[in-house]
Amino acid sequence: MIDYSLLAFFIFSSIAIFGSLMVVFKKNPVASAFALVAVFFSFAGLYALMSAHLVAALQILVYTGAIMVLFVFVIMLLNQDLPVEDLKSSSPFFKAVSGLGVLVLVYALVRVAILARGMEPKGSLTEDKIAEQGGNVKLIAESLFSDHVLPFELTSFLLLGAIVATIALAKRKNVAGGLKS
Amino acid sequence: MSQLEQMLMFIKVGIVLAGLLATVPIMLFVERRGSALMQNRLGPNRMGPFGLFQAACDVVKFIFKEDRAPGHVNKFYYTIAPWIAVIPAFMTFAVIPFAGSLTLEGSTTQFQIANLDVGVLYCFSIASLGVYGIIMAGWASNNHYSLLGSLRSSAQMISYELTLGLSLVGLMMVFQSVKLGDIATAQGETLFMIGSVAIPKWGVFIQPVGFLLFLVSVFAETNRLPFDLPEGESELIAGYHLEYGSMRFALFMMAEFINMAVASALITTLFFGGWQLLPLFSVAVAWVQSLNLIPNPDLVQVLFQGISFVIKVASWMWFFVWVRWTLPRFRFDQLMNLGWKVLFPLGLLNVLVTGFLIYKGVL
Repeated sequence: MIDYSLLAFFIFSSIAIFGSLMVVFKKNPVASAFALVAVFFSFAGLYALMSAHLVAALQILVYTGAIMVLFVFVIMLLNQDLPVEDLKSSSPFFKAVSGLGVLVLVYALVRVAILARGMEPKGSLTEDKIAEQGGNVKLIAESLFSDHVLPFELTSFLLLGAIVATIALAKRKNVAGGLKS
Repeated sequence: MSQLEQMLMFIKVGIVLAGLLATVPIMLFVERRGSALMQNRLGPNRMGPFGLFQAACDVVKFIFKEDRAPGHVNKFYYTIAPWIAVIPAFMTFAVIPFAGSLTLEGSTTQFQIANLDVGVLYCFSIASLGVYGIIMAGWASNNHYSLLGSLRSSAQMISYELTLGLSLVGLMMVFQSVKLGDIATAQGETLFMIGSVAIPKWGVFIQPVGFLLFLVSVFAETNRLPFDLPEGESELIAGYHLEYGSMRFALFMMAEFINMAVASALITTLFFGGWQLLPLFSVAVAWVQSLNLIPNPDLVQVLFQGISFVIKVASWMWFFVWVRWTLPRFRFDQLMNLGWKVLFPLGLLNVLVTGFLIYKGVL
């Protein structure tokens, strides 16, 4: 008997790793963006394997379905003829810093993996209990709109502010310099 | 999973896949003869009775045509783009219930491939992936018309996805669930009686505004006329699939028809009672059960629920064809204005009013 979830885990995680590498190494920004879409999608698959169906659905809906479409749209519209900067021309200092950063992150990841080995989910939120209380969506919705309603509303205000600011910036540019392509 | 459950799972997946695949030639026929009917011409009527075999001939033609890619395309993305368009279209159907539940040997089966907790959110998220096929095709074709088509497509998808989600919030508030199975079951209740005729609690009666918004946005999401700007043959030749031929083009066409089928199934499930029996069908069920042809009376019930579902979906698909050959195409700025300045505020208002009505205890 094959363990299908393990098989799915390896499929999704290898897509994620391969896609991430493609994001970095592809010269064409649009191709990089498509690789990032694959990475986000496989993340959603990994979330679904952990029974976090709502997170998985939102991951696809928000990141893959909306944000990345906008990314691709903007890159296609603006970056068509920009010359691709050669990575080799960056300074040795920059290379050293990014290399060190990667090493630190990998170390942290390994530490977390060792610490979290064999850990049970904390509190009352085991898989069976979640199903008993009406499922992921209901639980998250209830806690979001009761215990955490203030942060939730504040976040929406923050986003509204960002939207208004963006529109204000875009409008001002138009007035000062005419229509920019 | 017991052996029976596994077998039922295979049967369900088989039914859905076969049904969706069968939609494509049927819709080819309906679209051609239907458009001819509306434009007072005959349409292709030579192959077989009523031209029924024309679709089969087309399939054969598509399969045996030379599959060549133009030299100026980006080969990898050009090849995978049609598949990325067509696979999500199939996947979306996984959470749509197409009949009620059946109890066999003590275990109850839902006629739905996966009764996911996230329900309709799954539909939206997977459906939003289909746009990448279009974007990728337009970009990889390395052609200005194609690129314009895919740019239009991404802008249109983003704009109408908002309304699509928002139009259902009211419905979710009323039925207190995002599971499509729950929503379909809840619509079997009676809303009120007119004389002796029971008006069922269908979504369309509770959320008429939500229904209209949803209907308009699914037209936009499936790229059907009057929203087929990414294709726009009078402006962009063929838009995103300009450089595609033979089977690859056929895959895009398949994606469109299957998206249409899924959209119709969603409209049916959310607003028209899903698999709930059509009026007068309960009489037919009782009659067939009295004949005792099939030993299990529940099986008859499920069978008629499936038939009701198929009839409802088929009439919505006919509606798609009907609209296509009736309305002219929008201009792009009109499309954006409609999406952002009319539908989106209406969607917000619908949520507000629904919330108020639920608070007052009307709904």
